[in-house]
Amino acid sequence: MTLDKSAAKYWKANLRIIWICMSIWALVSIGFGIVLRPLLSGIRFGGTDLGFWFAQQGSILVFVALIFYYTWYMNRLDREYDVDEQ
Amino acid sequence: MDQFAINLIFVGGSFLLYIAIAIWARARTTAEFYAAGRGVHPVLNGMATAADWMSAASFISMAGLIAFVGYGNSSYLMGWTGGYVLLALLLAPYLRKFGRFTVPDFIGERFYSRSARLVAVAALLIISLTYVVGQMTGAGVAFSRFLEVDATTGLMIASTVVFVYAVLGGMKGITYTQVAQYVVLIIAYTIPAVFISMQLTGNVLPQLGLFSTHTESGLPLLAKLDQVLLELGFQDYTGHHGSTLNMVLFTLSLMVGTAGLPHVIIRFFTVPKVSDARKSAGWALVFIALLYTVAPAVGSMARLNIISTIYPAGTAAEPIEYAERPDWMRNWEQTGLLAFEDLNGDGRIQYYNAANEEFAATAAERGWAGNEVVTFNQDILVLANPEIAQLPGWVLGLIAAGGLAAALSTAAGLLLAISSAVSHDLIKSTFKPDITEKGELLAARFSMAAAIALATWLGLNPPGFAAQTVALAFGLAASSLFPAIMMGIFSKKMNATGAIVGMLVGLLSTCIYIFTYLGWFFVPGTNMLENTPENWWFGISPLSFGAVGAVLNFAAAYLVLAVTKPAPERIQELVESIRVPRGAGSAAHIAQH
Repeated sequence: MTLDKSAAKYWKANLRIIWICMSIWALVSIGFGIVLRPLLSGIRFGGTDLGFWFAQQGSILVFVALIFYYTWYMNRLDREYDVDEQ
Repeated sequence: MDQFAINLIFVGGSFLLYIAIAIWARARTTAEFYAAGRGVHPVLNGMATAADWMSAASFISMAGLIAFVGYGNSSYLMGWTGGYVLLALLLAPYLRKFGRFTVPDFIGERFYSRSARLVAVAALLIISLTYVVGQMTGAGVAFSRFLEVDATTGLMIASTVVFVYAVLGGMKGITYTQVAQYVVLIIAYTIPAVFISMQLTGNVLPQLGLFSTHTESGLPLLAKLDQVLLELGFQDYTGHHGSTLNMVLFTLSLMVGTAGLPHVIIRFFTVPKVSDARKSAGWALVFIALLYTVAPAVGSMARLNIISTIYPAGTAAEPIEYAERPDWMRNWEQTGLLAFEDLNGDGRIQYYNAANEEFAATAAERGWAGNEVVTFNQDILVLANPEIAQLPGWVLGLIAAGGLAAALSTAAGLLLAISSAVSHDLIKSTFKPDITEKGELLAARFSMAAAIALATWLGLNPPGFAAQTVALAFGLAASSLFPAIMMGIFSKKMNATGAIVGMLVGLLSTCIYIFTYLGWFFVPGTNMLENTPENWWFGISPLSFGAVGAVLNFAAAYLVLAVTKPAPERIQELVESIRVPRGAGSAAHIAQH
């Protein structure tokens, strides 16, 4: 395997995890917090519905988790493809 | 000790701390002045980023913005935090790998074009200058409120303090003062919130209190709030009112705009490694979330507190007599930010939604002649919180120091973005490439001093549009800089023409849309359409247009790319080297061959 091919594969793996994280990012905020809120209105939460929780608190917590997950995942990927900083 | 002395001790003490840090963290090289020598620990940089990001508006206004609208303004919470995911995943690590000092520096090198660099400088200056005006006026107002000096003197003191640590220390001085400012502001914000949450719900954590039971009524806090608001003819707090499309676009505009703000992006140039840039964005969001998850709790609890203060025996009973109103109301009436008018002459304060036609019959039946709380400035909520919760005077002193910390930390970050664009992108890279390292450092200090002078002048003579500038800053950051940087990393073939056309299309479309409704250059009366939802294109408010402008930017850039030659081979190689972390700091040299 040439170095070029490995770099291309590394970038592809990175794009894949970015797509996954960005989908979750959009789902919890734009999705659960706004557009899909009526669908979640049956699920009561703390005096209101789950959509309200996602809009005012849940999405922020998911955002934090997403960044740390991505950081952890990329550090692993960097080592796997031998492109990490020494 | 009187309140003035307490405030003076807290504000004076925090200022001495900032100046001590400035003397300790002097910058000796341009790398230190622009990027703190790239030696900032990722957690500390996260803290500095949080202070850099959270402005006077976040500290003072956001709880009020949410309190008086409820669910509809959740966009601010999601938008101003969601942008950090974009930063961590799409921009920060690659820009750190590129290893330069400014945002136009990246755009100019990546698109191998002086014009691209200058368009980026223009966008940066418009965004950061409009943003800094609000910070300077905010600092002036905070001074006059808490230290009983007039706003002009207050602004002068604030500018002098920023001058000392920003000119001496550049990014290095700013970074470590921002860390201290974060600690001051988060303590100041949290303490009153914890007490209010305990009083209303028995929960120490306001984040849990928001979704728990209101001790007095036994109902969930939010259900209780919805109930009393509906009983007074207001919209329910948790309900969705208004256009869904507009809320989605507004949230997206704030997210993309946040990720495109130059003063936030340059903070990620200060960490030692690419992996630190990712981690640092995570820590920044943790520190921001500490305030942003407390704000909605403060907002809802303060709103409920105010209503139960005015209607001590419940909304069905008579409201309090004006003569018996609590002290905090008397204090704030003196500022003009809170005002009552006894419209029906019964000596009591009726607070309800007089604009609600369905509620008019109930109001008439009860002998009410209009809403008697004629002025209620939303900024009072956070500032009066310690008084509403009957906390000791030192908490108010802390709030004063916290509000000033929020304003000054953001102002300093903006001023650095402005001055480095001038000394590095205009002087060093465009007009005088042979300038020495020492000469550039001196130029950087002079640019900083000039930027502070300009910001102070703008703060003293605020343009009439100060209130609308946030829309402009976020809209332009979203529609011009963010797409250009993102394409620079994710599209290897994107060329100079595509990027320049894209940035111009984004900038102009967003400006034109905003000016159509808010007036050309915000001059009142020059708007072509009235700024009401019926007139908005597809119901999109001028505040929400940034996301549309970003899409237009991307579309225009790819259209141009389709009919022009892709970026040259050496640039494509540069992009490939940006994409891998190894060898941070050396990537940009390839472009100079």
